[in-house]
Amino acid sequence: MAANHRPLSPHLQVYRPQITSVLSILHRITGVVMSVGLVALIYWLVALAGGEAAYATALTVLGSVPGKLFLFGWSLAFFYHLSNGVRHLFWDTGRGFEIPQVYRSGWTAVGIATLLTIIFWTAVLSGGQ
Amino acid sequence: MAEFRLPENSRIKPGRKFAAVDGAANVRKFIVYRYEPDSGENPRTDTYEVDMDRCGPMVLDALIKIKNEIDPTLTFRRSCREGICGSCAMNIDGTNTLACTKATDEVSGDVKIYPLPHMPVVKDLVPDLTNFYAQYASIKPWLQSRTPAPPDQERLQSREDQLKINEPSACILCACCSTSCPSYWWNGDRYLGPAALLAAYRWIVDTRDEATGDRLDDLEDPFRLYRCHTIMNCTRTCPKGLNPAKAIAETKKLLAERRH
Repeated sequence: MAANHRPLSPHLQVYRPQITSVLSILHRITGVVMSVGLVALIYWLVALAGGEAAYATALTVLGSVPGKLFLFGWSLAFFYHLSNGVRHLFWDTGRGFEIPQVYRSGWTAVGIATLLTIIFWTAVLSGGQ
Repeated sequence: MAEFRLPENSRIKPGRKFAAVDGAANVRKFIVYRYEPDSGENPRTDTYEVDMDRCGPMVLDALIKIKNEIDPTLTFRRSCREGICGSCAMNIDGTNTLACTKATDEVSGDVKIYPLPHMPVVKDLVPDLTNFYAQYASIKPWLQSRTPAPPDQERLQSREDQLKINEPSACILCACCSTSCPSYWWNGDRYLGPAALLAAYRWIVDTRDEATGDRLDDLEDPFRLYRCHTIMNCTRTCPKGLNPAKAIAETKKLLAERRH
């Protein structure tokens, strides 16, 4: 049989998810989520410029339960992308490439992202006081 | 463009089951990817029950036992059975490794065995490594020097210089790392992959080699080198404990430093 008829061996279907690959794809996904979130930011700015009624509508939309969930996800994506981005900067200097270090820095990035998100929302919900 | 689903002809169908012989007390199930090129059928997974009281400790021992005693049509590559030839590289329990150095005891539950991921399959557990070897050849894995060798001795190296190449030279080209890399899965036609890049690094840091600049020029490419996104699956899976991801990072550093 010709070589180009050969089947392709399974890849995503069988490869075990692990910290290395899962955090990597999360970095990409959170990057996309952040870009999508920019649309919400622009909507908010446009509404701000559009006058009182438009801005009131925007606050209702963004303040609704789905709106809040989206903003929470957006902030989590931002903080994860930020902390994992710093992890990438360390890698770019040639540091932290041993597997135990990779696992430690990975969990640290997840922990810091969670912590920053909690601090951020505590500040937001307490009205900045 | 990355294709996440398997093509129509590659989707895995249920296969046959081979029960253990009566009286076997310590039975493990091996679920093995099978593909017969002459049958015109899709790949399938066959299930073999193996009596572990009459089998060696490694996954390769079990595969050899299956081939000898249960199903002689099962096809796989193997040679040295001690982790130095790299022939029996395959995907076992979800990660790439050598069947000869992976103990069956390290796997919990059924032992699932597939060929190295995202490769054309020749038969059963035998992938077509043509592209992988061509990529290795493309980095010119030999000493390039314009300075003639001393007439009466080898090109001597200091101990420190030798230490730089000790680890990357220990690569056995089993292809576990490259075929664990999602970036290599989606761009294997243009991205060299961790194994070839580790080999390239081995010659870049060799102090006897005088083609360092040419070697870096060849790698300075959005695809050949920079499709590495530091996913780290390669280092995580290397059965020899080598660190291709670090070698790639060092190569990127050399390229960055060269610009300044």
